[in-house]
Amino acid sequence: MKKILILFSHPKFEKSRVNLSLINHIKYKENVTFHDLYEQYPDFHIDVNAEKELLNKHDVIIWHHPFYWYSCPPLMKQWIDMVLEFNWAYGPKGNALQNKICLNTITTGGTKEVYCSEGYNSFTIKQFLRPFEQTAILCGMEYFPPFAVMGTHNLSDEVLEDYTINYGKFIDLLQDGLDINDLENKSFLNDIPQLKL
Amino acid sequence: MTGSILFEAIVFLAGAILCVSIAKRLGLSSVIGYLLAGVLIGPYVLGFIGEEGQDILHFAEFGVVMMLFLIGLEIEPKNFWNMRKTILGMGGLQVGGTMLLSYLLFIGLGFDWKVSLVISMAVALSSTAIAMQTIKEKGLMDTTFGTSSFSILLFQDIIVIFMLGFIPLLANSESATTSKNHGDQATLLESLPMGFQTLAIILSVVLIIVAGKYLIVPMLRKVAKTDVRELLIAAALLIVFGISFLMEYVGISPALGAFLGGVVLSNSEFKHELESTLEPFKNLLLGLFFMAVGASINFIVIAKNPLTIGGVLITIIVLKALVLYITGAIFKLKLDQKLLLTFSLAQIGEFAFVLLSFAFGLNILSQDEMDMLLVITALSMSLTPIIGIVNERFILPKIGTKESVKRPMDHIAKSQKIILVGFGHFGSTIGRFLRSHGVEATILDHDSNRVDFLRKMGFEVYYGDATRLDLLESAGIAEAKIIICATNKIGVSKAISKIVKEKYPHVELMIRTKNRYDAYELLNLGHENIYRESLDTSLVLAKDVLSKMGFRKYTLNRQVQNFKKYDEESLRRLASEPKREEDYIFKARQELAQQEKFLNEDFKRGVVDYDHHWDSEQIRKILNKK
Repeated sequence: MKKILILFSHPKFEKSRVNLSLINHIKYKENVTFHDLYEQYPDFHIDVNAEKELLNKHDVIIWHHPFYWYSCPPLMKQWIDMVLEFNWAYGPKGNALQNKICLNTITTGGTKEVYCSEGYNSFTIKQFLRPFEQTAILCGMEYFPPFAVMGTHNLSDEVLEDYTINYGKFIDLLQDGLDINDLENKSFLNDIPQLKL
Repeated sequence: MTGSILFEAIVFLAGAILCVSIAKRLGLSSVIGYLLAGVLIGPYVLGFIGEEGQDILHFAEFGVVMMLFLIGLEIEPKNFWNMRKTILGMGGLQVGGTMLLSYLLFIGLGFDWKVSLVISMAVALSSTAIAMQTIKEKGLMDTTFGTSSFSILLFQDIIVIFMLGFIPLLANSESATTSKNHGDQATLLESLPMGFQTLAIILSVVLIIVAGKYLIVPMLRKVAKTDVRELLIAAALLIVFGISFLMEYVGISPALGAFLGGVVLSNSEFKHELESTLEPFKNLLLGLFFMAVGASINFIVIAKNPLTIGGVLITIIVLKALVLYITGAIFKLKLDQKLLLTFSLAQIGEFAFVLLSFAFGLNILSQDEMDMLLVITALSMSLTPIIGIVNERFILPKIGTKESVKRPMDHIAKSQKIILVGFGHFGSTIGRFLRSHGVEATILDHDSNRVDFLRKMGFEVYYGDATRLDLLESAGIAEAKIIICATNKIGVSKAISKIVKEKYPHVELMIRTKNRYDAYELLNLGHENIYRESLDTSLVLAKDVLSKMGFRKYTLNRQVQNFKKYDEESLRRLASEPKREEDYIFKARQELAQQEKFLNEDFKRGVVDYDHHWDSEQIRKILNKK
């Protein structure tokens, strides 16, 4: 059973309906570590060694965050800058994260329709997430497509409930050894057959 | 005139005040003023001070004694070791060269070899009193000229000990023990056989060093604990007088004893306190000394032999200047620094009085020889400031060597100095934090136990009352960038802020206050950098309480910043508001009323709800309305 680390990053988690629902459903699962960065490091003073140790103990790293201005909240960027050190995460001797699985779980206000070449955001989510993808590749990790909850501004409680249950199922699948070959080149993990409702 | 001590005191003080203010007004050194006052009130002009001039000189020597004590204080053995090359090299060269040339000069003039040797020793010594006074007045202590002069003078001050030990060996054996020239009561030294005199000198030096370490410093600690300021002044004077008495009893110069005493105490935490306590006494007594020198210029001796005296005077000054110039050249001083050195140390110093009368007491010198040399010494001292002015006004501007622009790193670090007042719980945190960042602050504290402890831990800490200008000055406020008042006594902070604002406006003040009322006061005095000790800690506590209640830490962190910003703004707003109730009885009630006002304001303003960033609720509301 794979161990999962949720690196959660949300400056105002207490006001986030969607993320509260998603997180509350999975945070007490066995072999899941919920790691709330803004609670842990309110002054942005990241304990790099503790973070590395945490990473060492897990097989799957999930960057779970709202999609702010086509990127992650600042503390998560800070985390990437500080924790993924040269010769540890990358570089000639940097193989600490080799072969771990890495992916983003994101929530966006806009719907899937506005994130395409015809939509007002012009680019797809996959395109926007390129920096994360390449970061994972540079660190020798296997990068999976994102699990995304989109259109949160108009999300009904029923649909949110579905997303929440699916997020739980998705964590289970990861733990049971979901393989890159099972993903069939889907743009979103939400779309794999196992998660179809 | 009249024998009244009061009258004499009035004459001296009035003469000093008048002449020194005129000299200062004309842009001259205060030394000239004092010398002029001495000549004026002396036996040959106004005649206020008659034959007793010698006695006054004797008393005034305490000025020199204190000065040497203070110079000794500045020489920490560590610094001394660092400067050993310049001290030995420049000092040795200067003393050796001058002695050789003047020995040849006086032999050539037909003096006995013993007399010539004694005179050449006296001539080799420059006046620490005049040179240091001028250097300090002009603030040149940190220049190469300043340190070179200091090194040379230091070497001289030390070599005098050996000279005094050596002179008895020159004495004519038949008259050495029963000196007919010596008017005072016999000293211990004179009652000793020849070889033992040198031994006695060495013994008393050792005695001072041991007493300094095991008697004086522990005594000062005891005195400091009583927290009565005048007791410390008394103790400082007692040290100087005590050492002087001992040295006089043995028969060597009290000034040398004091110098040694100073060196012994330079490593103690009382260094700056002693310095600032004795400074005012020293300056006045030095003034008295200069006046006595002026008064003792015997115009009758000059009148008898003006050409010889003038000739010898000029020859000696030229000769000393030559040796100094060559010394400066060998040590590669820049031209301007070399000239300053040459002209400021070319006189014969106050130790000549000591050496000459010592030799006179041992029958080495005759009355005529001594009279002539004393006049020459006094005249050469009087000429120094005038030569200095000529150099400064007419020679240096033509050379135009500017002070080098590139300064070594330690100079920059030194000019970025931080002074930290108070090393209690608050100040120590600051001090430790600065130090862990490689920033050393000069620390002033009024708790001698703590000072002692901190010095053991290797901090640069000085004991003393930081509200005194002189203490701040000896702690280097003139070169400081920031002064931190970390004391919890608002009175102390206010006194310091007043001094700094008046005298050193370039120094930035950072002040700790206990509460907002003290902060109001300081804000109204025009100070901006005010740190309420209650603000940060109370907010940290409040933050932790709310965190334990389940609030998110990051949000709380932002709210603390918001609250601080808002509270600082309101503090500045309210500081200018007139305080209606000054009555003490109403103060507590008023404080409560104000707290209530703040709380209501906070509630209405909604400090906690202030932060709308990353809040999707609003967006949802607006979108759903459509």
